[in-house]
Amino acid sequence: MKYSCRLPAKEVKLILILDLMKWYRIKALIIRHLYLYPRSFPRIMDVLFWPVLELLVWGFLSAYLEKLNLENINLVSILLGAIIFWTFLNRSQEAVTVAFLEDVWEKNLLNLFVTPIRISEFLFSTVILGLVRIVTAGAILGVIALVLYHFSIFQFGIYTVPFILSLLLFGWILGLFITAVILRFGTSAQVLAFGFIFLIQPFSAVFYPVSALPVAVQGIAYLLPSTYVFEGMRAVIATGTLPLNYLAFSFGINAMYLIIVLFFFYAMFRKVKERGLLLKLD
Amino acid sequence: MKAIIEVRHLVKKFKKAIAVNDLSFDVEEGTITGLLGPNGAGKTTTIQMLLDLITPTSGSIKLFGLDMATHREEILNQVNFSSPYVSLPGNLKVRENLYTFARLYGVKDIKGKINELVDYFDIRDLLPKMTSTLSTGQLTRLNLTKAMLNDPKVLLLDEPTSSLDPDIADRTRKLLKRIQKERGITILYTSHNMEEIEELCDRVIFIQKGKFRDDGVPSELIKKYGHTDLNEVFLQIAREGGEINSNS
Repeated sequence: MKYSCRLPAKEVKLILILDLMKWYRIKALIIRHLYLYPRSFPRIMDVLFWPVLELLVWGFLSAYLEKLNLENINLVSILLGAIIFWTFLNRSQEAVTVAFLEDVWEKNLLNLFVTPIRISEFLFSTVILGLVRIVTAGAILGVIALVLYHFSIFQFGIYTVPFILSLLLFGWILGLFITAVILRFGTSAQVLAFGFIFLIQPFSAVFYPVSALPVAVQGIAYLLPSTYVFEGMRAVIATGTLPLNYLAFSFGINAMYLIIVLFFFYAMFRKVKERGLLLKLD
Repeated sequence: MKAIIEVRHLVKKFKKAIAVNDLSFDVEEGTITGLLGPNGAGKTTTIQMLLDLITPTSGSIKLFGLDMATHREEILNQVNFSSPYVSLPGNLKVRENLYTFARLYGVKDIKGKINELVDYFDIRDLLPKMTSTLSTGQLTRLNLTKAMLNDPKVLLLDEPTSSLDPDIADRTRKLLKRIQKERGITILYTSHNMEEIEELCDRVIFIQKGKFRDDGVPSELIKKYGHTDLNEVFLQIAREGGEINSNS
């Protein structure tokens, strides 16, 4: 029997039939990470300290710029909104890749994959873990921004939720892509876990509009779902309304990338199993 | 006796290198079988294919009569694995590691099962300790405890005593014999310690350069090759070029 072509079809089916996943295994994967949080200062820093520090730096900068009264632009809203939303994207990607890397660093991947867990369960657990981290960090940032700068994250009204969901999804897609690359090429690629997102940042129009970018790279910006979120956020601040096509584009591009990245991930995992790289991943 | 593991014409190629070359063997239910061979013979690759960690190039693997290619989940629910080369997360406490793996296997009464096993393997006092602080002997017992959480019917052990001192290695062997006897588990065991193999295994399978070389009861193989112990049989097989016996 030839094995080389059997995994994709089966695994793709697993992606689509989510109810085949076993909740008790997903829960186990999440809880083992949560065990670490109460006693790990770096993890607490990761969720609480660094995002708060970023918020403070940008918040004070925004407050200063506002005092300069630059053409009555609401800089606090623009910059703080941007930094908080950027944090959602950044931390969502990191949650996925760091959760995976911790298993690599602890040489635990083999132990996990000799259990009956499915790849879909492994991935789904990282999504939920990321969500827990983001909700925690987001709540803290939201309160601090409100108290210190009178900035409400919900000033974008009903659009706040789809904005955040789109960024979380894109962060997860990026995290999955980086995880697949690390799986395939080993820990020499782990620098991507912390640096890749900053390749996206200049083109995502986080702190400035797409029109501020050179014309030659504006096309790249429009290929990123995050661009539509940040442009949309500025549109809400400027006009009070959101062009709905921004959200549609953001989710549409996310959906396309999600399908591509899932195929990519399963292809990489199949390659890793064919080449026996799982044991050598350290 | 019924074959619980059936390997047929298994081939694994890594680019141009052939790690496992048309390997076929059976492992009978309720036995301890040694999978032997020199370094690079293909033992670990074979074990990893039995665990679906490596995809075979061709051939078939059946456990409990089920094909690994189509029944991975059902098979791995009834199998477990232990190796000193694979660690449990050192940043978790022993208790947390055991709870995590019990949950992954969907153990119904997790607390009861862990209580039963920590007494069996005498590691109750280790439960609150960080896994990274355990000695090699303690880690071996913890790995075996983890390996028993799902009451496996098949246990794959990759050189479980390789890094243990003679005293702890002897205790571990006794423990393994006890587990096998009391729980009727089928164990597939790799080791380079032929004394250990003689003491533990009901049957051994020799492979070399990825190919089946010979199999049988250790005492009968010693007699067949005209030696006084299994170590000499190993040396003869490892150093011979041609095939001694081909299995059908």
